[in-house]
This record gives sequence, structure tokens and C-alpha cells, in this order.
Amino acid sequence: MIIPHPLLGPRDAQEFTYLGDASLLDRPDPDAATAAEDFHAYAYLRDNPAGQHQELWFHEQGDRSWLVVTRDTTTHEILNAELARDVVLARRAAADKGADA
Amino acid sequence: MRYSALRIAWEALTGHKGWTQAWRDPDPQPAYDYVIIGGGGHGLATAHYLAKVYGKARIAVLEKGWIGGGNVGRNTTIVRSNYLLPGNEPFYEFSLKLWEGLEQDLNYNAMVSQRGIMNLIHSDAQRDAFRRRGNAMILQGSDAELLTTDQVRKEAPFLNFDNARFPIKGALVHRRGGTVRHDAVAWGYARSADQHGVDIIQNCEVTGFRIEEGRIKAVETSRGYIGAGKVGVAVAGNSSRVMAKAGMRLPIESHVLQAFVSEGLKPVLPGVITFGAGHFYVSQSDKGGLVFGGDIDGYNSYAQRGNLPVVEDVAEGGMALMPMLGRARLLRMWGGIMDMSMDGSPFIDRTHIDGLFFNGGWCYGGFKATPASGYAFAHLLATDQPHETAQAYRLDRFLSGHMIDEKGVGAQPNLH
Amino acid sequence: MTQQNRLSGGQIDRSRTLDFTFDGKSYQGHPGDTLASALLANAVRLMGRSFKYHRPRGVISAGSEEPNALVELRTGARQEPNTRATVAELYDGLSAQSQNRWPSLAFDALGVNDLFSNFLTAGFYYKTFMWPRAFWEKVYEPIIRHAAGLGSLSMQADPDTYDKGFLHCDLLVIGAGPAGLAAALTAARSGARVILADEDFTLGGRLNAEVEEIDGQSGADWAAQAIAELQSLANVRLMRRTTVLGAFDHRVYGALERNADHFAAPASDLPRQTLWRIYARQSVLCAGATERQIAFQNNDRPGVMMAGALRAYANRWAVAAGQRVAVFTNNDNGHRTARDLVALGVDVVGVVDSRPSAPALGDYPLFTGAQVINTTGKLGLTGVTLRRADGGTEHLRCSALGVSGGWNPDVSLTCHQRGRPVWDDHIASFVPGGSLPQGMHVAGAAAGKFSTAAALQSGIDSAVAALATLGLSARPLPCPKAEDGAYDLVPLWYVAEGKGRKWLDLQNDVTVKDVKLAHQEGFRSVEHLKRYTTLGMATDQGKTSNLGGLAVMAEMTGQSIPETGTTIFRPPYTPVAMGALAGRSAGTDFKPTRRTPSHAWAEEQGAVFVEAGLWLRAQYFPRTGESHWRQTVDRETLAVRSSVGVCDVTTLGKVDVQGKDAAAFLNLIYANGFSKLPVGKCRYGLMLREDGIAKDDGTAARLAEDHFVVTTTTANAGPVYRHMEFVRQCLCPEMDVQLISTTDAWAQYAVAGPNARKLLQKLVDPEHDISNAAFPFMGCGEISICGGLRARLFRISFSGELAYEIAVPTRYGDALMRELMAQGAEFDVTPYGTEALGVLRIEKGHATANELNGQTSADHLGMGRMVSTKKDSIGAVLSRRDGLNAPDGLRLVGFEALDGNDLPAGSHLYAKTAPPTGASEGWLSSAAYSPHLGKSIALGFLSRGQDRLGETVTVANPLQGQSFTARVVSPHFIDPEGERLRA
Repeated sequence: MIIPHPLLGPRDAQEFTYLGDASLLDRPDPDAATAAEDFHAYAYLRDNPAGQHQELWFHEQGDRSWLVVTRDTTTHEILNAELARDVVLARRAAADKGADA
Repeated sequence: MRYSALRIAWEALTGHKGWTQAWRDPDPQPAYDYVIIGGGGHGLATAHYLAKVYGKARIAVLEKGWIGGGNVGRNTTIVRSNYLLPGNEPFYEFSLKLWEGLEQDLNYNAMVSQRGIMNLIHSDAQRDAFRRRGNAMILQGSDAELLTTDQVRKEAPFLNFDNARFPIKGALVHRRGGTVRHDAVAWGYARSADQHGVDIIQNCEVTGFRIEEGRIKAVETSRGYIGAGKVGVAVAGNSSRVMAKAGMRLPIESHVLQAFVSEGLKPVLPGVITFGAGHFYVSQSDKGGLVFGGDIDGYNSYAQRGNLPVVEDVAEGGMALMPMLGRARLLRMWGGIMDMSMDGSPFIDRTHIDGLFFNGGWCYGGFKATPASGYAFAHLLATDQPHETAQAYRLDRFLSGHMIDEKGVGAQPNLH
Repeated sequence: MTQQNRLSGGQIDRSRTLDFTFDGKSYQGHPGDTLASALLANAVRLMGRSFKYHRPRGVISAGSEEPNALVELRTGARQEPNTRATVAELYDGLSAQSQNRWPSLAFDALGVNDLFSNFLTAGFYYKTFMWPRAFWEKVYEPIIRHAAGLGSLSMQADPDTYDKGFLHCDLLVIGAGPAGLAAALTAARSGARVILADEDFTLGGRLNAEVEEIDGQSGADWAAQAIAELQSLANVRLMRRTTVLGAFDHRVYGALERNADHFAAPASDLPRQTLWRIYARQSVLCAGATERQIAFQNNDRPGVMMAGALRAYANRWAVAAGQRVAVFTNNDNGHRTARDLVALGVDVVGVVDSRPSAPALGDYPLFTGAQVINTTGKLGLTGVTLRRADGGTEHLRCSALGVSGGWNPDVSLTCHQRGRPVWDDHIASFVPGGSLPQGMHVAGAAAGKFSTAAALQSGIDSAVAALATLGLSARPLPCPKAEDGAYDLVPLWYVAEGKGRKWLDLQNDVTVKDVKLAHQEGFRSVEHLKRYTTLGMATDQGKTSNLGGLAVMAEMTGQSIPETGTTIFRPPYTPVAMGALAGRSAGTDFKPTRRTPSHAWAEEQGAVFVEAGLWLRAQYFPRTGESHWRQTVDRETLAVRSSVGVCDVTTLGKVDVQGKDAAAFLNLIYANGFSKLPVGKCRYGLMLREDGIAKDDGTAARLAEDHFVVTTTTANAGPVYRHMEFVRQCLCPEMDVQLISTTDAWAQYAVAGPNARKLLQKLVDPEHDISNAAFPFMGCGEISICGGLRARLFRISFSGELAYEIAVPTRYGDALMRELMAQGAEFDVTPYGTEALGVLRIEKGHATANELNGQTSADHLGMGRMVSTKKDSIGAVLSRRDGLNAPDGLRLVGFEALDGNDLPAGSHLYAKTAPPTGASEGWLSSAAYSPHLGKSIALGFLSRGQDRLGETVTVANPLQGQSFTARVVSPHFIDPEGERLRA
């Protein structure tokens, strides 16, 4: 497979290490009353879709950035790749905006 | 029809006109007491034991394609009982014992062949870990032997002893491990279940569940609505897709595992050999093909095919261990979808929906479990109680922290 | 007489004669020959035996699909089983042996199986060998296994090397027949980067096998001209002898180039084969088509072959497969064989055409509306019997029969992803369907375009279309003028007449009757049919047999062929040598070897090395007179405890953590707190996985307010760094913190023992005070040594002694080790290896990988209280689950042997009162002989271990027939108060 790295262009997937579902970006609040259940769901439960899947890849043999790759698990087609850091910061910014409004 | 020496002789002499269908091809009834979803090894075995051992009737197995078309027909055929943890070993030992009596039980020769499994050791730490496992095997009723390098050399002189990056320092041997003709397992269970009155309904895809007041009532299928007293799901590879129809999220990811076979070769390997310093394991089939595999590709996939890096990785392991394989040719490669669970161990459990039961999460090790999985699942369906060897396979074990993690790699399915 | 079947013409170089042997007998051929063409030229028809019945078989094809003529090529370590004689290029001195026969090819004892074929039908095995029960494994299976397989491995290490390479192109053209050449020329002239790959050693495909003309010249000449032009262009790479074996995700193709298989052995500087990974933006598949059989009684005798192969041998290799030849066809194509053979002077005794009417292409007897119903001969064909249209029979004496049941487009590569071929009634075969691999186009016969003109035009069109998707405009090649004949075929899959066996899969001995039996027993889906009968599972992967079997099944079920199923193909296109897939990663080069900075020095000392992941580490340093490794290790261990020792610990992972939020980051990474760690101090850190299980441990040293150095275990250097980057980038991207892995940047040595400080003081530059007061236990700092060399010093101890770890830039590692040894001479400084390191840490009760094995929690390790409840950290929440903190849970404790024996790690623990069977109460994780204590000790996990100190337990090691007793003790065997390390 070839992963379209947002900074480095197309790179062979062999340069990357796979982690799993990008829901791992959404680490729950450890202080919430439901933290035990939340962390159980976070660490163990997966949508595991047959189709589009957002997932985390680490460019271990490259620039060591974590990417969020959108890939179809039935065709392996890659639809998008972003820096995980950008994704998280954008989400948090959006959430803050929502909170302000 | 019962297979016997006499029957074979008679048919051979009369042009094989008398052989009947191995299993019927019935249309679905409006309702069954037990509906098993998934006509793979586990589903068919479940139906067989449910009818034969637990004496249940009105049983259907629903298969979206043709029976035996999933992982039971695309694995590397190895059976073994060489697990470490108390949640696992008694279950796999039970399975191996069922394998040992399978032909007589089914009146079908699935070619169970206990030629042994040799797990090679390449470091002191690995020897310690294998000693822990070998002892656990013996103490829990299985068999194991620890071999020295010289003993390994005697049994498998063709291994790379003299020019190895990771020298062989011994082996853990499980003599009762071996291989089974995988397709025949599906066919044998299907034939026996059919003879015990089970309806095996092919080309019948489940499209939804009818659940009322927390209880399962029926399944909706491509061949219509089928009422059900109890429903058992055994669709490894597609567990998440099917259980999502019942609103459940599972501790499972689907991954692709590739397997390989070489061209037919005159006998080379006595039993199964696994490399302890690379991703490679191999056996030789009764036809002469070397059947081998290695690591999963490592990314979520439902595509039943993998990519070159793992092919090369497996071949590298093969060449590192058996340099005489250089001129043997890889004939065919294929991929199967694995239910990779979060601790590498399976589930045989009830769900929060009354009457809906789940069997899955077998990772790449479901084949060897087929008999015990079917037996334990049948037990659960018939009695509402977990089978004594399968009590640890609960769906809620992660909530309580009772993981069964043989490899110790945690909640990352592609590492199991 | 040699080469008695050689004709005139052909693409062989008659100026040179090559000698070769087959089964020890000498023959001659010419450059340009394959082994098969040369054997046929010498009138050798019997080339192999079938798998199950050991029936005599001859070559049926002229290509890589050959199922019969498989030989063991070469001898000794280079012996190569199952080599297709049809693609083995002849070289001088070639030696081949027939296979799967004993004692000889002409007389094969296992031919007796054929007599029992009534018993050995499809599915036979599943119904029998069950009585008596024990006989399957003891009697039947060994017999079956003994007879299994085709060719033999030499069992010697492959002496050749293999290479891997990577190529990139705009357009990959697969197959260099008319369509491929037209596609390549079109793309090449437009300036695109083109790769043209073909499995053959002569490019041109069928153009070399046919007499059809292109633009008024012979097809072969036209091809040669096209190839010459392509060869001259810098943007084209021509790859002969290169099989594109698979189409993988994202336009990655695997290809195998055979660099040296046409020599007896590769030149010393040449790899035998190269596995290429080709990254092709677009591709055109021009793989051609494979001729198919018509099954009839005894259609497997040596001499019966495909009509197109017969023609290829005549036209390309100047070989008549027999002196008298017949043809059996259901389409016009078979007539070309008769026409060409007649033109070459071969006696064509008749063309049997199953169609009611068919035009003759030349002067030969034509039987229309007729079918071949049987053959005669034993080890070779002597004649065929045909049923004429008028109902009469006729026997034609002949030694070769060309059969053409039509052609199947070679759709293999189109199926490698999601592609499913679709049925084309016109050619009665499958053509490429939708869902082709990304960027793939199909042209020529592979797309069902069988005339030369159509192939050329589709090649041109495909190239233009492919380049257009890349935004490149290609000027279409003016289509050369060529044969554009219609392809007229009336499907005939097998001849109904006769009760004898009609062969579908020649290698696996699957007959029409077997398919019918499978149907009778309900094995009707393609997958069941294949698996039950083994149809299509031979080395040709069904290229020569699948469709025939499918057609028989369709007839039985009353459905059409496409309703019955499709034939799909998996990689590789043709079988690939394992050596090629492994490339250079074999033998000691299987994985890279990492050596520590003191490696050369340690070698000089005669150290014994051990693999630690990819690292090689010094395990121990034997001295003269020491006869057992334990002697050495005891000495090294005691030396550390009594004076000073040095151990290379460079392999430990090191991560530099810098930034304003570095401490906050470590607080998240580690279960215990780091925010209050003062500058100049180290702290032990326990790292959990998010699931609450211990992941790794190490130390973090605070060199500055915003600068820490973190160490990891050797094995986890990579994974921990990856995890830290995950936390940094994915969980807390707002933090001002940067990471860099510095494992390879610093050489690091443990200097341990009561004289450690004295030794270091000799090296450390005087401005740095490392006295106990100024540099206490767990102190750290950036210092300089040896007159200005920058270094880092950490006062940490794995052994329980007064100890330091000192780090210098890697390039000074060797020098520092030598300096430590020189300066330490007065203390009798002792280098120690990983064994002594292990003993020392077990004596001190330090956990390592054996204890942090991924199954143990902080509580199990006796470090439950380290998991801070005052702050968030990875794993904290899930570490509080019941299963990880059960009151009867495991706890790390120490064990002392009571029987004067060793305690084997991996033994299981049972209460003395309980029988040692079933699930145990724990296990020994690490064990050693402690020379300091004079007894064997161990660390292990025991249920409620903390409450059982003093108890005697059973140590069960039934694997080695052992059972011992041991006393449960504190894991801190040495200096539990820590006085030594604070000294």
C-alpha cells in the first residue's frame, strides 16, 4: 500500500507502523463519574467497519509523525491522510468554539 | 448414508451410482428452536453437537454463501493444545481430544494427523517462557517436551543450525499437535448435522435481528423471516458486522492473515515447525505442498487479500530457518479475515439480549478450536450455562480486568 | 539420429549445438530451444507422470501453464523441482530428471494406482481409512504421505543469491505480444516512462508462434523491429524473462526477473533472480490467452497437446511434435495448426472439427461434425479414433494430436483484487470484469480480442487511455495492417461418448466423471467442486482445467456457466521461488546486526556474545582456566559486589524529552509523579499501557527544568518511543514538548561496585564533584571527562551496589571502555556481561522483561502504590479494575532453593499441601545461582505472595521431570535497606 503523507507525499506503507482505530485520539476524561466504563469502551470496543475507517499510522521509518488515514477496509483504497496532531487540535478548537457559543 | 469399507467396494464396482448428497439442500422452515448463523466450522460443529450430544431438534444453520467458504477453508490446518493460561489450555485440550475422536464421531475421515509441533527456541528468555508454557500444558493435561539443540538436530537436520542469525537453542515439542484436512472438517460436521436433522441453509444471508422487549424473536434473511427460539452467531471474520445489526459493539477488529502453499514436493517435513525468531511456521500437506504462514498484515481489513511486505517477511523467515527452501516455489497465496480480539482470546458467551448468543474473536487460531468451540457453544445454547472449559470466554472480561492475554501485548489486536 | 523431429526455419540458432541430458540420456538442441522443444525435436514425448494415478504424460503446452512436463532441473544444491520444461531455456550441459516416478519414467511402480482408479475417485479419502481407528495415522497416512508430492528438494542450502529492487513508471505493460508491443510503442513515443515486461526470453508473444503477417512482414520480424525501437528509447525499460506475478494494492506490482536461469549457474556477480516491486501509475495487461482442452477418453496420452502449442513448436522452434499429426478442434483456430504443419511438410492425417461445417485452410483431410472419441498408445500416442458425422468410426494413425477447445483470456491479474471476470458468449469464456486493480487496462487476447489486428488496436487504445488519465497525451500509433479473422467457435467441453476416463485436470487426475460425482454428492459450488475433486489446484492453478470442470458442472446443474460460478485467480501468476521472495534476508543476513560501541573491544577480550533483539551483547567474558560459563559469571558477579565492574548498557533505549511541558508530559507517561523531581535528580518510572498493565520501566533524569533523559528497556526502545510520540502528538498536542530517540547517539556504561566512585573520579574532570555529598544516589548531571569530553552521569543502580551509568557520544564509546579498564586496573576492574547483570539484578529483586511480560500489573509487581491517584496518567483508570487488583492476585516475591538444586525459571508453583496439577498458583519468572548468597534463588509471581513469606512451596517443572521445594522470601535478597547503593 501507499500512504499519501501530508508532508512527504506518497510513501510505502512499509515505512509505517499501524496502531488502529482513530477513536484512540478521543481519550476519555479520567475524572468523569463514568471513567471506568468510558475507558473500557475507549480501550476495547471498536466499530470495526467494513468500509471507511479512520485509523492511526506512525511514520516510524520516516518523519515520526502520527497520521490519521481514512481507508476503505473492503478495498484498501485510501481517501485521506492528515497529521493526527492537526486533527486533534482542530477538533479541540471546534469543541472550544462550541463551548463558547 | 454411512461410509464403510463395504460401501466403498460396492460403489467402486457399480460405478459410484449410489452415493447420495453429503447434506440436503432444504428451504428454510418458518421457525426453528435454534438458529445458528454461520455455516463455517464453528457453526456446523455447534449444530452437530447441539443435535447429537444435547439432543436438540428444530435446528438450522444459516450460511450467506456456501458452507465452509470462510476461515475453515482458508487456514493452515494446524491443531494443537499448547496454551499457557488457565483460561485457555483446558479448552484447547478438550478440543484436541475431540479431534482425536472426530473420524469415528462423524463417520468422516478429516485426516487428523498428529505428527507433532515443534516451537523452536532461540534465546534463554524464550526457553524460560517456553518452559513456563510447556509446564502449564503438562500440568493442565496436555503433552510437551523440551528438546536440546542436538535433539532438534536429530529430528529436523535440515534446519539452519550453522549459518543462522538467531541460532536454534532447543525446542518445545507438542507431539499430539498436528494437522487436519480443513475442508473435510466443515463437510464432516455438515454431513453429520444433516443426518441428525439439522437444516443447513446455504445462500441465506442474515440481514437483521427481530428483537422485542430485549428478547430475540427472529432473524431476517435474504430468504425471508425465520423465527428463532435461540440464536447463536458464529461468523468469525464478520462478527462486528453481524452483531452491529443487534446494536452491539465488540472488542474485535477484523484483520487479514495471509497463508501460502508451495508446489507439491516429495516429503520433507515430519510435522509442524515454528520459527521462534521470525514470522514463519510450516507443515507439509498429505499432497506434498508446504503450507506456511506468518504474521497478519496488521491493518484492519475485510478484503481477504494481503500485500507483498508480509509475503516477503514470511519468505525471509522461511529462508532463514530452512535455506533448502530457496528453490521451492510458492504456488498460491490467499487471505482470510480474522476476528482479532483485544486480548487474543475468543468469546463464547450470552449477550445482553435474551436468546442471542455470540461465538467469535478467534483471531488466527479458530481452526484448532472448531470441535470444542462447537461443543461449548452448543452447551451454552442448550443449557444457558457456559461449558466448564469455556467459562473464561466472557464478553465482559475487559470491564472486570480478566484478560486472557497469552502474548501479553495488550489491547492492540494486530499484535496478538 | 538426433533431432529427428526438427523442421526448417524457426527462431533457433543452428550455428550452435547444445548438449543436454534428460534422465541421464544425452540429447542435442540449439540456443533458442526450451527443454520441451528440444525434447520434442528428439522425439521424446513422455516427460512426466501424473500426481495420483502416475499416468504417463507428455507436454501439452508451449508456455508457463504447462501441467505435465515438470522436471527436476539441475543437480546438487541447485536441483530445482517442478520446473516446467516449456519455459526452461536450454543451455549447454543442462541436466534434467523426470520426477514422481520410481524406478523410471517409462516404468513407474505406482502406475499400479491407475488400476485402482475405480476406488480412488474424488472424495475417496474422506470416506475411508477409518477402520480400524488407529490405522489412519499408523498405516494409511504414512503410505499416502510417502507417495505424495511431485519433485524433490535437494535438502541443501540454496547456493545462489537473490535480489530485490524497486521500479517506478508511468505505464507498465504486461506481456509483449502484439497488444503489449503496440501499447508500449504508443506510450514510449509519447515520452512516458514505460516498463514492458514479459515472462518469455524472446519478446513478441504469439507473433513468434504464428505465420500471420503485420504490415506485410512476418509477425516475428515486426515484433523484432518494435523491440529494437523500444530498446533504443531512454524512457523504456524492457524486461525479458520477467513475470509480473501479482497486482497489489495502490498500483504496486510484484515482478520476478530471472537473471540467470538460462545458465548452468549464475555468474558470481549476478543474483539468480530479482524480485521487483513496480510502482506503476497505470498498467496495460496484455497477458494473452490460454488454449483449452476438449476432454475425451484417454485424452492424456503423451502426444496429445494443445493445437496452438503444436503450431508454436513448429513455427517458433522448428519442431514437429510428431511425424503424423491430427487435429481436433471446435473452432477455426485449430485449422491454422494443420495449415502451418502442412506448409512445413508434416503429414497431417486429419482435422476433426466438431462443428457441422468448417472451412479447410489447406490441403488436409477434414472431418466435420466429428469428434475424437478415444486414443491408442501406452507411453505415447499411436492413433486416435473418431466418430464421423455419419456415425461411423475411423482410426487415424498419428503420434501427435493437437486439440483446440477454444481460448481463455488470461485474466489472472485482473482478479488479484476485487475483480470478477464476466462471461462472453461470443468466445464462450470469461473476460475481465469490473473492479480491475486501480489503473489497470486490459488489451489484446487477455481482453477477448483474438485477432492480431484487434489486439494491436486495443493495445494502442489502452495506452492512449491510460496516459490520458495521467494527463499525458499520446499520439496513437497508426495501427499496423494485420490479420483480422473472425473467431468462430461452437463450444465443446467434453465428448459425451464413451465410459472411459476423460481428463480435465491432467496433473491432479480429475476427470469428467469426478465432477459428476461431486455434483451427485452435493459439492456443486465452484469452491466445493475445487476442494472436493482438487480440480484446478495443480501447479497451473487451473489455467488448463478450471473452465472445463465448470462447464461439466453447469451441464449437471442445468445452469449456465456464469451462473454456476466464475474462475478467479490469486497471486502469484506463476509459482515463485522462495529464495526470490526472501532476497538477501537469508542466513546470517536474515536481520541486521546491531553492535554496541564496545563490541570490538569485547571481541578482543574473548567475550561470548548473545542476541538481544537485533543487538549482539557480551554475555560473559571467560578467562583462561574457566571451564564453565557459571564460573565466569560467578566471578564477574562477585567482582561487582566486592570491587567494581563495567557493563555496556548502550542498548537501553534513550529518549530526550525537552520543552516547557516536559515534566507534565512525563507525569502523563509514567504512573508515578515527575513534576516535583528536582533538576539534577533521577527517578525510577513505571510506565503502564492504557489497559493498566505494566509496559516498561526505566529512569528519567532531569538535566534541566525543561530537559529530561528517559531510559527504556532494550527490547522496548522502539515501542516506548512510538508510544511517547503517540501521547505527545495524539493526546496532548497542546503541550510544549519535543522528543528524540537518542539510543544510538550515546554509548553508556554501568560502573558498579564499592570502588565505582573511585574509578570514575580518575576520569571525571576535576571541576565536577562526584563525591557522595555532591552527587548522591539518584543524582545526575552533565559533566566532562578525560579533559573536556562531554558526558552524562547518572547515579543509578541495577545491581544494588554503589553504581553509576556514564554516557558519552557514541563515537567515544570504545575509547571510554578502554580508559575505564586502564584506569580501573588498580581496582581489578572487571568487565561483566548480560549474565552477571542478570544475576545482580535478581539478587537485588529488580524486575525486568521476564517480570514486565505484558501480563502483569503494578500491583502484581509490588508497585501498586506507585500508581498515583493524584494525577492522570496513561493506564491509571483501567489499572484499578478488580481483575488487576484481586486480593488473591499474583505478587512478585523471591524464592530460595531448599534442596540445593537450581530453580528453573518457567516452573510452576503450588502450595506444599496441594497436588501439583491443574492451574498453578504462580510461576518462577527469573532464576539464578547467587554466588553472593551461595544458593539458587529466583523471582516469581505467587498468588498472595506478599502474605506468604517464609512458606515452603512446590516448584513443579514436569517438562524436565523435576519437582523441588523453595522458600518464599522477599525479592530483595541483597541489602534490602539500600545502604550499599547510597554509600
